[in-house]
Amino acid sequence: MSNLDPANAARQSRMSLLAKSEPSRLAALFSEVTDVPAHTWLRTPEIGAVMVRGRMGGTGAPFNLGEMSVTRCALTLSTGEVGHAYVQGRDKDHATRAALVDALMQTARAEEVQAAVLDPLGAEALATKAARSAKSAATKVEFFTMVRGED
Amino acid sequence: MYVAVKGGERAIENAHDWLAEERRGPADIPELSVDQIKSQMTLAVNRVMAEGSLYDPDLAALAIKQARGDLIEAIFLIRAYRTTLPRIGHSRPVETDKMACDRRISATFKDAPGGQVLGPTFDYTHRLLDFKLAADGEVPEAATAAPLQGDMPRITEFLNRDGLIQTETPSDEPPRDMTRQPMEYPAGRPLRLQALTRGDEGFVLGMAYSTQRGYGRNHPFVGELRIGKVSVEMDIPELGFAVEIGEITLTECETVNQFHGSKTQPPQFTRGYGLVFGQTERKAISMALVDRALRWEELGEDNLGAPAQDEEFVLSHADNIQATGFLEHIKLPHYVDFQSELELVRKIRSEAQANTLKEAAE
Repeated sequence: MSNLDPANAARQSRMSLLAKSEPSRLAALFSEVTDVPAHTWLRTPEIGAVMVRGRMGGTGAPFNLGEMSVTRCALTLSTGEVGHAYVQGRDKDHATRAALVDALMQTARAEEVQAAVLDPLGAEALATKAARSAKSAATKVEFFTMVRGED
Repeated sequence: MYVAVKGGERAIENAHDWLAEERRGPADIPELSVDQIKSQMTLAVNRVMAEGSLYDPDLAALAIKQARGDLIEAIFLIRAYRTTLPRIGHSRPVETDKMACDRRISATFKDAPGGQVLGPTFDYTHRLLDFKLAADGEVPEAATAAPLQGDMPRITEFLNRDGLIQTETPSDEPPRDMTRQPMEYPAGRPLRLQALTRGDEGFVLGMAYSTQRGYGRNHPFVGELRIGKVSVEMDIPELGFAVEIGEITLTECETVNQFHGSKTQPPQFTRGYGLVFGQTERKAISMALVDRALRWEELGEDNLGAPAQDEEFVLSHADNIQATGFLEHIKLPHYVDFQSELELVRKIRSEAQANTLKEAAE
């Protein structure tokens, strides 16, 4: 994930965030973005599977673990920007919204979309992760040494 | 003579309608929603995803509903569905080192860096029925503490530092895929792991248990067990870089096993590995034990003739969909097959009788 120019690095991080977002949440946030330009399809939304791989012993040679469902699409805004999406699950509208966000982030409206959609999604993802980690931390074992015998 | 018969359409249709009615149950009891199954029957959903070999909690929950809770039937539905999906590509190997752990324990080191984190476990419960759940009780909120910082270090790496454990050889060789090519034996470890991770939990558990009871004993310790979320990253050719395309929950188990050494190697610990979709701890531990048992040859151990050491036996019987397909087909009409058997037996019997009569007459 290294050695990317800043524009690609930003794109990589927003596509990753969108891929992992809840469809209903992205839909709610994206509905705040008005006057979305029309788009044409480069690739209509397509549901497929990606074979997830693991490594033997966690660090060795790869093996095939099983598939996950993924929906992808690509579109061009009437203003010319191309948006791509690869999202987890089978929701074509969700993939479309993700691609529209990706495309809009290349326009003059980037700041607005960042604030309306990506910032809240990012903050919520962090909060969800922290909440789970906090519950996990509460189940960490504290060992006590029982002193036995005379001395 | 062979007479083709046709029929049963009406009976089949009516049977399926009745099935739908029985699935729904009494109309005065609220219907289960797919979301309820997904969020409250999570471990069943996890099993269906693992053995269906498709990570999609919504589909797994739907399959469980459709199958009336018969998990093997649900797995069958998922397997059938997954064959309809075009393969978009494959991910980079998931980095379990970076897992956001709900649970992470070691049975080998009490003071393991990162600590013993129990997570939402059945361990240490008393296995007494909780009648509060029969009434609708409020659940107290789970306690929290300052979130854990940083990635959980891998336990086997500590042993690795001292050379006390066999190392995994890093490689990027593309693994064979049993869903794309027919199985061939010897299968090799990557294919074995693929077959085990989607294998029937009961079968893999039974095989693992057999090694503990002495059929191919390999003295396992659970070096580490971790459950949590990992990101799945895939290279996107049209972009020229990789993006995370989702996040999945995995259970990973690494066993540390005794090894007495061989002609070429000094005594050293060896490893078994389990990695399974979802929170599926029993399966991951079982997988690690069976993985280790199947590695006897590469580690220069003796073939004791134990079932769990027999790659072909284990892999060709681990799949519950193959097994149930072949097993259950024998209840379907075999009228013609049986008719021929019947005629054959009658013919042999009448010949035998004729011979007996002839001998008696002589």
